[in-house]
Amino acid sequence: MILVLHVWRQLNGAAPGGFVRYEVKDVTPDMSLLEVLDVLNEDLIARHEEPVAFDHDCREGICGACGMVVNGRPHGPRRATTACQLHVRHLEGRTELWLEPWRAKAFPVVKDLIVDRSAFDRVIQAGGFVSVRTGSAPEANALPVPKRDADLAMDAAQCIGCGACVAACPNASAMLFVAAKVSHLGLLPQGQPERYARVGEMVGAMEREGFGACTNHGECMAACPKEISIDFIARLNRDYLRGVFSRQAGPDGPHPTEG
Amino acid sequence: MELRSQVPSGPIETRWSRHRSALKLVAPANKPKHRVIVVGSGLAGASAAASLAELGYPVECFCFQDSPRRAHSVAAQGGINAAKNYQNDGDSVFRLFADTLKGGDFRSRESNVYRLAELSVNIIDQCVAQGVPFAREYGGLLANRSFGGVQVSRTFYARGQTGQQLLLGAYQALERQIARGAVRMHTRHEMLDLVVVDGAARGVIVRDLVSGELSAHGADAVVLATGGYSNVFYLSTNAKGCNVTAIWRAYKRGAAFANPCFTQIHPTCIPPSGKHQAKLTLMSESLRNDGRIWVPQRPGDTRPPADIPDAERDYYLERQYPSYGNLVARDVASRRAKEACDTGRGVGPGGHGVYLDFRDAIARLGQATIAERYGNLFEMYERITGEDPYRAPMRIYPAPHYTMGGLWVDYNLMSTLPGLFVIGEANFSDHGANRLGASALMQGLADGYFVLPYTIGHYLATAHPRAIDPGHAAFQGGRREVEARLAGFVAARGRRSADHFHRELGAALWDACGMSRTGAGLRSAIERVQRLRDEWRDDLYVGGTGTDLNQSLEHAGRVADFLELAELMCRDALHREESCGCHFREESQTADGEPKRDDARFGYVAAWEFTGTDRAPALHQEPLTFEAMQPGQRSYK
Repeated sequence: MILVLHVWRQLNGAAPGGFVRYEVKDVTPDMSLLEVLDVLNEDLIARHEEPVAFDHDCREGICGACGMVVNGRPHGPRRATTACQLHVRHLEGRTELWLEPWRAKAFPVVKDLIVDRSAFDRVIQAGGFVSVRTGSAPEANALPVPKRDADLAMDAAQCIGCGACVAACPNASAMLFVAAKVSHLGLLPQGQPERYARVGEMVGAMEREGFGACTNHGECMAACPKEISIDFIARLNRDYLRGVFSRQAGPDGPHPTEG
Repeated sequence: MELRSQVPSGPIETRWSRHRSALKLVAPANKPKHRVIVVGSGLAGASAAASLAELGYPVECFCFQDSPRRAHSVAAQGGINAAKNYQNDGDSVFRLFADTLKGGDFRSRESNVYRLAELSVNIIDQCVAQGVPFAREYGGLLANRSFGGVQVSRTFYARGQTGQQLLLGAYQALERQIARGAVRMHTRHEMLDLVVVDGAARGVIVRDLVSGELSAHGADAVVLATGGYSNVFYLSTNAKGCNVTAIWRAYKRGAAFANPCFTQIHPTCIPPSGKHQAKLTLMSESLRNDGRIWVPQRPGDTRPPADIPDAERDYYLERQYPSYGNLVARDVASRRAKEACDTGRGVGPGGHGVYLDFRDAIARLGQATIAERYGNLFEMYERITGEDPYRAPMRIYPAPHYTMGGLWVDYNLMSTLPGLFVIGEANFSDHGANRLGASALMQGLADGYFVLPYTIGHYLATAHPRAIDPGHAAFQGGRREVEARLAGFVAARGRRSADHFHRELGAALWDACGMSRTGAGLRSAIERVQRLRDEWRDDLYVGGTGTDLNQSLEHAGRVADFLELAELMCRDALHREESCGCHFREESQTADGEPKRDDARFGYVAAWEFTGTDRAPALHQEPLTFEAMQPGQRSYK
């Protein structure tokens, strides 16, 4: 079959961009969307034209490198699927696709479908870790963790940092991304000592990076290839408020281990 | 070139602790004076960069991805081994050591392997403290599973995303050091050459992949943590960006390359569906616990699998290996699958596949149990192939997955170039001729967290590297060479893309230097690779410019290095006239087709030295001696 692609082409962040129409021939249902782009790029190179730039690496849906808006939806129409795992047979008969980069102030376009997501790294730098030096760890089984908490922490920790949540949000908020990390670490005993400082620092960094605020649209969860739940945003809000009160209350405020 | 392994003597149980205690230290006040470069940000690179920065060394870390969190360690599914013996099933450091040494078919250094087993327990402690959400039992303690055919349950896991979670732990530790200003992170930067001054590694030349700008960086030591080279085969389970360039450039600057032909081909991958195929996807080999592998008995039998009666199926692993059946080692399962396909009995597109059938397991245990065990894998298979493995058998085919070969390093993880350290999959050190399941993550983290931070200090304290001069001719010259190479690619006006050459190279190598190798096949592959390099010079087209984000140019540089590496792999495979681990030479097999190792002639590490373009590399041998355990022959019969 022939697939018509309207691909966003933009030389760099400063240059204007626009859609360019391409036809890709001999497309089969077994091809992934990125393989369709590979074929297109081979054609473009053969015609001595500039190939389409797009981020990709593992092509197994785990590294989080790939990401593009397909017909208005981050990563395309299929639930819980990254762009690299989207196959032509999942397009349900669509033969014309519009491919665009993530659109968010905090994710400036680098070239074509590639954006700069380093803001996510800086949000992690603000507090998305447990401060533990190499070699200073106690015996791993010294501190049992209820299975329920460990499982829930893992649900949150699955985030691949692709940025689809930001691209899907009308406010370009990174709340789901931040909530996932805050919840992952906040649910585990190892994350308790820095729990309330972490949430404050990370939310502050998110705002400084130019991400918008959360107004509960829920689009992030629908777009998330790992189906991370917005329940984690509620958890973030609880911890955030408790952190604010704790800072106001001084050393007598709520102790991290409460609740 | 001399290979000094620096392996300590004495009882194996105390070698590492005695060695570590004898290593020289760098005083706290002096650490800030020793800049260290770390290239790569996977498990090995991120853990090393974070740990070195914690100690007080200023670190420059480079990765080609847009964030260190995307390094390919992220894709490891299965788990990580550790000799914790939490299951009380008799595991011990010695047992993990013995399994790993045997798994490597006695082609690794026993001292290194023992140290790896010893450090495995610290890794789990460290990762749990970082907040890695390992699977737990209802009592809240850590859960384990048995993995890769061993008899104890020592594998720790986080669902099917163990690599991701371990990497995020190391990544978060790294980001914390970046925030402190202790690590300067350079994302979307690719190392294109190593700078050697007065015989020691003193820096790197890197390209900013966004602006195209080249820059030179100096340091007192350089650490390469740049992963493996399975992508030389074009189709592999590696991420598309994985490449050999960093270690190949180091090889050409004087670091020996050890055992390049030791490449692991993983048996349970989803077969290619057509010529557009960009990469192959691995499915956890745990599937072999319940799935039965078969092909039709009759070549060319194209009936749907359900229409082929049991009597006309060949469950070839169960037939050939009655005691291990479908759970034979990875290399055996892969080789037998290839054999079945080579005799015209392969299934699916192009005949590149064998069935992995859950019919009997579903009948015995019920669909619910199978879904509980393998639900996510079945879903992944269905997503990629559009077929439902609950109804029809999966099709699987082997794919290159891991490279045991890599730059030669001594016990301190230092290459033959002073000041150049190599960690993780990029070195050759711990897996011998074959790697056991769930041990790659273990090695990457052992190197990065618990070995390199000690040994690099010893080097800095004893070598006293002089202050680096960024204006030194080696930096300027290296930069000009890289510039010229890139300009050559951009100016090429042929007709074929780098991808085109890469596919051809991969096919040639897969045929001659894959699961089964012959002298004649390897000799003709060397000629084919050389011809391909000639064609590359005449017929390459890259396009674009060097002063911009240009993914074709990035790829061309990587393929150029693969084209050279491929020849070295074939030469290594050709010279090793024995079968060991992953390396099966058809000339060296027993009457019933099992690999025949030759310890007398080949009980050594083959370390190759670059001697000049278009000149044969020089072979150096590091003899392997075994004190703690004597080499035995594997048998799965």
